[in-house]
Amino acid sequence: MIEFRGVTKRFPDGTVAVDALDLAVEDGKITVFVGPSGCGKTTSLRMINRMVELTGGTILIDGSDIMAGDAAQLRRGIGYVIQQSGLFPHRSILDNVATVPLLLGWGKRKARERATELMELVGLSPEMAQRYPAQLSGGQQQRVGVARALAADPPILLMDEPFSAVDPVVRENLQDELLRLQSELGKTIVFVTHDIDEAVKLGDKVAVFRTGGLLAQYDEPGHLLARPADDFVDGFVGRDRGYRGLGFLSANGLPVGELSTVGSGATGDQVREAARDGWTLVVSDAGHPLGWVQVGQALSGPVDTDALIAGGSLYDTEADSLRGALDAALSSPSGLGVAVDASGAVVGSVRAADVLAALATARRDEAAA
Amino acid sequence: MIDWSWFPTNAERLVPALGAHLLLALLPVVIGLIVAIPLGWVANRSRPARAVLVPVAGLLYTIPSLVLFILLPGILGTQILDPVNVVVALSVYTVALLVRSVADALAAVPGMVVAAATAMGYRPARRFAQVELPLSLPVLIAGLRVATVTNISLVSVGALIGIGGLGYFITDGFGRGNTTSIFAGVILIVVLALVFDALLVLIGRLVTPWVGVGRKAR
Ligand SMILES: Nc1ncnc2c1ncn2[C@@H]1O[C@H](COP(=O)(O)OP(=O)(O)OP(=O)(O)O)[C@@H](O)[C@H]1O
Ligand SMILES: [Mg+2]
Repeated sequence: MIEFRGVTKRFPDGTVAVDALDLAVEDGKITVFVGPSGCGKTTSLRMINRMVELTGGTILIDGSDIMAGDAAQLRRGIGYVIQQSGLFPHRSILDNVATVPLLLGWGKRKARERATELMELVGLSPEMAQRYPAQLSGGQQQRVGVARALAADPPILLMDEPFSAVDPVVRENLQDELLRLQSELGKTIVFVTHDIDEAVKLGDKVAVFRTGGLLAQYDEPGHLLARPADDFVDGFVGRDRGYRGLGFLSANGLPVGELSTVGSGATGDQVREAARDGWTLVVSDAGHPLGWVQVGQALSGPVDTDALIAGGSLYDTEADSLRGALDAALSSPSGLGVAVDASGAVVGSVRAADVLAALATARRDEAAA
Repeated sequence: MIDWSWFPTNAERLVPALGAHLLLALLPVVIGLIVAIPLGWVANRSRPARAVLVPVAGLLYTIPSLVLFILLPGILGTQILDPVNVVVALSVYTVALLVRSVADALAAVPGMVVAAATAMGYRPARRFAQVELPLSLPVLIAGLRVATVTNISLVSVGALIGIGGLGYFITDGFGRGNTTSIFAGVILIVVLALVFDALLVLIGRLVTPWVGVGRKAR
C-alpha cells in the first residue's frame, strides 16, 4: 500500500503544488489521480518515486518511509510510464525494454529474454525488437513504455498521462489493453490523467484533485458519478454523468422481454405474421441479428437482406451494465433493444422504461444499504 | 612548374613529416575532448559555470596560434622548439571549441528522456555515460570535425617556429623558391584534412545508427 500522510510540496518559488495530502492507494488496484491542469497530479505522482522530493509529511510504501533508503534503488522497484513514452532514442526497442533488468545487474542475456517476453505481453510483434523508437507509431511507443516499466516486475506502476498523446481510437485500445494486463498482473497502479472519462473507465478508485493540490473526492468511479461531493466535483465530472453513471450499475435482474424474429429467407406473409408493433428482427442461421424490417415496407417477395434497416447497439446480457442496455434500447429503430448472449445470438429485447425502473431499484437498494 | 620527380626523391622526408603532422594535429583533439567533456558537463549543469566557461573558451579561441606557440614556452618552461608547445596550444583550441559543443549537445538531449532515465533508477554518472553522452554524439562529432580540420591546418603554422609537420615543406619551399615543395605541403595538408573529416563523418554514422531512421519504415 502507498500511503500519503499530510504530504506537502512547496517549490522553491513558493508554489504549493500539493497541500497536506492524505490518501491511501490500495494494493493491486488502479488508482487514478484526476483534476484540472496544474492541480498537482504529476507532483503527487512523482513524489512517490522521489522524482520530486516532498517538503512536508511522509509517504509510506508497505509501511516504510520512502525517504529512508536510496532513491535510485527505490525507483528500480517502481515502474514509471510517461506521456510521449520518454523512450531512449538511441536504443533498440528490445534494449529499451531491458533497461531496468540491466540496471539491476541481471546480465544481458537474461535481460533480453525478459524483454522479449514483455514485448509479447504488451502486444508488440518480435520484428520490432531491433527497431529504434523513432520507427514506431505513437501507440506502439506507448506500449514499449509500458513494457519497459514492467520489465523488472515491479509491484508498483506509476503512469503519468501515458495515453494522452495518441489519437482517440488508439487511446481506447491502449486503455483496454491496460485493463487486460492489469487483470493478469494485479499491480498497484497510480494513473494520472486530466480526462474524467479515462479516470472513470480505468480507475478502481478515483482521486479528484482541485487546484492547490487539495483532494476534492476520493471514491469509486460509480459513486463519483452518482454522488459528487461538491459543486467542483460535479462540474468536473461533467455533463451526462447520470447517463455515464449507468455504466457502473449491474444489469442483473433487468427483465429481458420477448422479441419477434424471422430467418433471412422469410416471406412477406411470415414477416407480417411475426411482427409486433410493426417491427420484426431478421436473424441469421446462427441467430445473430442482421437488421430490422418494418411491416409498412412493401413486402412482395422474401426478405431482402440488403434492404434491412440497420439495428442499434447490442446489449450483451452477460457483460453489459445498465448503460449498455439503455443504449441498445435508445439506438434501436423499433425502440426495442436487442439483447444477445456472449456468442452474439439474440436472446430477447430490453425496453428503456425497464432500464429506468432497474435504476430506481438500484438507487433504493443503495439508499437502504 | 611542378617537378614530379621531387616526390620520390623526397619520400623519406615526406612520410615522417606526414606522421608527425598527424600526431601533432590529432593528439590535441583527443586531449581536448577528454578535457572538454567534464567542462561541458559542468557548463550544462550550472548557469554560473556556463556564464564563465563559454565566453572564456571563445576568448581563448581568438588568440592567434603563432602568439600562443611563442608564449607557451614562457608559461610551460619548455624549449621554444619543443613540439609540446604545439600540442598544448592546439589542445587549448580544441577545448575552447568543444566546451561549447559539449554544453550545447547536452542541453539538446530531451529533458523527458533524461527524466525517464532517472525514473528508471539510473544514478547520475551512469546516466551521463549511457544516456546523455550517446545522445549528444551527433552535435559532439560535428564539433570534433571542426576541431580536427582546424588542427590539421594549424599545425603547419608550427613550421614558422621550426616544428615538424608538413608545414615545413611550405616554409622551406618559400625560402628556396621551390614551388613543388610548397605545392606538396599544401596539397598533403588539404588531403589530410578531407580524409579525416570524411573519416569522422563515417565514424559518426557508425556510432549513431539511430539518427535519421525516423521517417523510414513507419
Ligand atoms: N519545478 C517547479 N517549480 C515551481 N512550480 C512548479 C514546478 N513543477 C510544478 N509546479 C507547479 O505546481 C503546480 C502543480 O503542477 P503539476 O505538474 O503537479 O500539475 P498537474 O496536475 O500534473 O497538471 P497537468 O495536468 O497540466 O499536467 C502547478 O501550479 C505548477 O505550475
Ligand atoms: Mg501533469
